[in-house]
Amino acid sequence: MQRFSALSLLKRGLSGQRGWTPQWRRPEPKTGYDAIIVGGGGHGLGAAYYLAREHGLTNIAVVEKGWIGGGNTGRNTTIIRSNYLFDESAALYDHALKMWENLSQELNYNVMFSPRGVMMLAHTVHDEQVSKRHVHANRANGVDNEWLTAKQAKEFCPPLTIDNIRYPVTGAALQRRGGTARHDAVAWGYARAADALGVDILENCEVTGIRRDANGAVAALETTRGVIESRKIGVSAAGNTSVVMKMAGVQLPLESYPLQALVSEPIKPIFPCVVMSNTIHAYISQSDKGELVIGAGTDAYNSYTQRGGLHISSHALEAICELFPAFRRLRMLRNWGGIVDVTPDRSPIVAKTPVPGLYVNCGWGTGGFKATPGSAHVFAHTMARDEPHPINAPFTIERFADGNLIDEAAAAAVAH
Amino acid sequence: MLLIACPYCGERPELEFAHGGQAHIARPAKPSAVDTQEWTRFLYMRDNTKGLYAERWRHSHGCGKFFNAVRDTTTDHFIVTYKVGERP
Repeated sequence: MQRFSALSLLKRGLSGQRGWTPQWRRPEPKTGYDAIIVGGGGHGLGAAYYLAREHGLTNIAVVEKGWIGGGNTGRNTTIIRSNYLFDESAALYDHALKMWENLSQELNYNVMFSPRGVMMLAHTVHDEQVSKRHVHANRANGVDNEWLTAKQAKEFCPPLTIDNIRYPVTGAALQRRGGTARHDAVAWGYARAADALGVDILENCEVTGIRRDANGAVAALETTRGVIESRKIGVSAAGNTSVVMKMAGVQLPLESYPLQALVSEPIKPIFPCVVMSNTIHAYISQSDKGELVIGAGTDAYNSYTQRGGLHISSHALEAICELFPAFRRLRMLRNWGGIVDVTPDRSPIVAKTPVPGLYVNCGWGTGGFKATPGSAHVFAHTMARDEPHPINAPFTIERFADGNLIDEAAAAAVAH
Repeated sequence: MLLIACPYCGERPELEFAHGGQAHIARPAKPSAVDTQEWTRFLYMRDNTKGLYAERWRHSHGCGKFFNAVRDTTTDHFIVTYKVGERP
């Protein structure tokens, strides 16, 4: 692996950026691996990296049906925060947030993590009560979160309108350690670092079947690039998890929905933080390129179309224009959809499955990007040790039978 | 926005409807008689099919009636809509 440093960047810069080598190999699949991850998004590539680095499993592969980071890793609004209500969630998401803080150094790849603050607005008495409950619960768990008055919110984010609108802002909860990162760089950084440790990244390799032995344990993957044997398979396939798991005869409590996002034409730096509003349903930040990145909602029905209805994104834009009248004349450059896999309690499943050797990391719903490093880290632990890390131990499939739900539905930044 | 053919009212825009999830999941006749696994399947487990999917809709801003539909979840194209109790 060519390491990046100020010196190497300067040297290549002065020699016309020539001499860079590909960031990862494009190997042919071997006949078998010690472990295989299905899904080349941030969560899957990260899990491969931690399997290799922390657990010494280097004869492993990531199979991806398209190109790496082409799914939800490249389609989300890049927001990172850990201000979740329940203890289990706070532990999981804050584990991730702490890893974000050092990820660029860890991977020797600039993921552009920018802890610029995530501010969640309150517009009603009910909002205030819920937000303050979150602030207190977070602080009790060692997760930073603070309550701002409307005036303080306006000072923190000057473009924000707090009064003379239909739903005046009455206050806000601010997590200063939250922020954004460059989503593509997360996939590329993990891919490059995993590749350097010997992990084979197999793109354009779609799983078409999962073979099991006489005892029911996983034995091999059937793919569009041939049969690949492995006794340890981790599925990290986001919206397509139900499809892949069905090949092993496992049904999960998941439904897949299109979730949309939009970006505006690029403008000068105007927006200093991330702002989210549950009540009027909008969230927004500004990318380093200058585009405003805006999140919309999910469609009402499950689908795999990666599109979403126009009225869903229009609704989000109406809310943005109400909160930020200065943006009314901006044009939107692109909108798109990603397929998110949603569980009934809106918390993920990172666990073993009833099939020996088969593991699943799914159900991240509308907010998986923020968890990428933490999720990948505990999933690698679960696969390597055949038992969960204490942090993901509560996030089982069995919780839907035994009733130990982690009901974060009301704690999502916006209601989906 | 989708156009959905209510079997009672005809084609109407999606906004008039509420989605009701996977169709033809029967509530166990005697809940006290089923075990935890079966009850979990009824409550939470869904096929989430990529392809033809039978689902419930309610024409909530129209006639208010529930009906069923078969939709291709890879294209959102409706194959057929039909009344409760009928089979496509």
